[in-house]
Amino acid sequence: MKLILALAMVTASALAADERRSGADFMSPATQAMQRDDAQNPAMLWISGGEAQWNTAAGSSGKTCASCHGDARTSMRGIAARFPAFHAGSAKTINLGQRINMCRERKQQAAPWRAESEELLGMEAYVAMQSRGMPVAPPQDQGTRASAARGRQLYVQRIGQLNLSCAQCHDQQSGKRLAASTIPQAHAAAYPIYRLEWQGMGSLQRRLRNCMSGVRAEVPAYGAQELVELEAWLAVRDEGMKMESPGVRP
Amino acid sequence: MARALIHMPSNAKRGDVIEIRALIGHPMETGYRVGADGKLLARDIIRSFVCRYNGEQVFGAELHQAISANPYIAFFTVATESGTLEFDWQGDNGFAHAEKMSITVSAA
Repeated sequence: MKLILALAMVTASALAADERRSGADFMSPATQAMQRDDAQNPAMLWISGGEAQWNTAAGSSGKTCASCHGDARTSMRGIAARFPAFHAGSAKTINLGQRINMCRERKQQAAPWRAESEELLGMEAYVAMQSRGMPVAPPQDQGTRASAARGRQLYVQRIGQLNLSCAQCHDQQSGKRLAASTIPQAHAAAYPIYRLEWQGMGSLQRRLRNCMSGVRAEVPAYGAQELVELEAWLAVRDEGMKMESPGVRP
Repeated sequence: MARALIHMPSNAKRGDVIEIRALIGHPMETGYRVGADGKLLARDIIRSFVCRYNGEQVFGAELHQAISANPYIAFFTVATESGTLEFDWQGDNGFAHAEKMSITVSAA
């Protein structure tokens, strides 16, 4: 009896997992085609910049990314799928952008890139692209899991003058419409994205801040730990979904 | 830093119709928007795009406001002979960017 119950639970959770749909599924065929074809995807402009940066020496160390990491196509494969991750040295969970800047400061002895700068988004997208098609695989260590748990709290916490939580739109009302746009399920495996509305590239934190100002809540600064924790929770929620970076969104 | 990406075949048979796709990074500021200070943002757009095949113009476009940032232009031409295709974007504030691609054309 216990075995049957256990089997039933496994089947139920597998079904629930199948209901997850990438934001790309809600887009128009034209926008989907733009994401699918690297020759059309405007994010490739940023990625070509990121690739150039990878091989350019920076800071007083005179090192390039390639000096330590070699060819990104092999060394960075699967890396973005495992972020955010707990960093023991700084005793907190960090996202991919912060990890890149940490390398710049500590290894290259260069100035960190500004949040949402062309350079940082380009490098983030270049690294993330190496994981394209791989499943999202958040680290299972205690530090990352604790951050994700705090992120989950934030995800279901009502905020702002509109008194809405992330979950109320993206879990309970997904697939319905908010004005002209379809509410997606808030899966974050395509970031950084080229968003047509922004006419440019943006990180997941930009998207999160966007939603927060939409519900008229106080918006945390870029790099704030709440945002990283939310990112960590979204990674757990997306576990097993395919990385799409660089995504295109309307 | 202007960045452009061009996708086209590097080999073709004589007489083949080939597709060329050109994407360039540019803000395409319309001149109609106001900034955070309430003042109009000056227009900054690409005005023209030209493609020359061994010196002969095979495609041209005039660009205007209301064309999105990072304009993407796709067009076709007939592969006639081996050589170079030159791409030339020009715009406001002395903006100019040029790219070159080579193509090898074999007998049909």
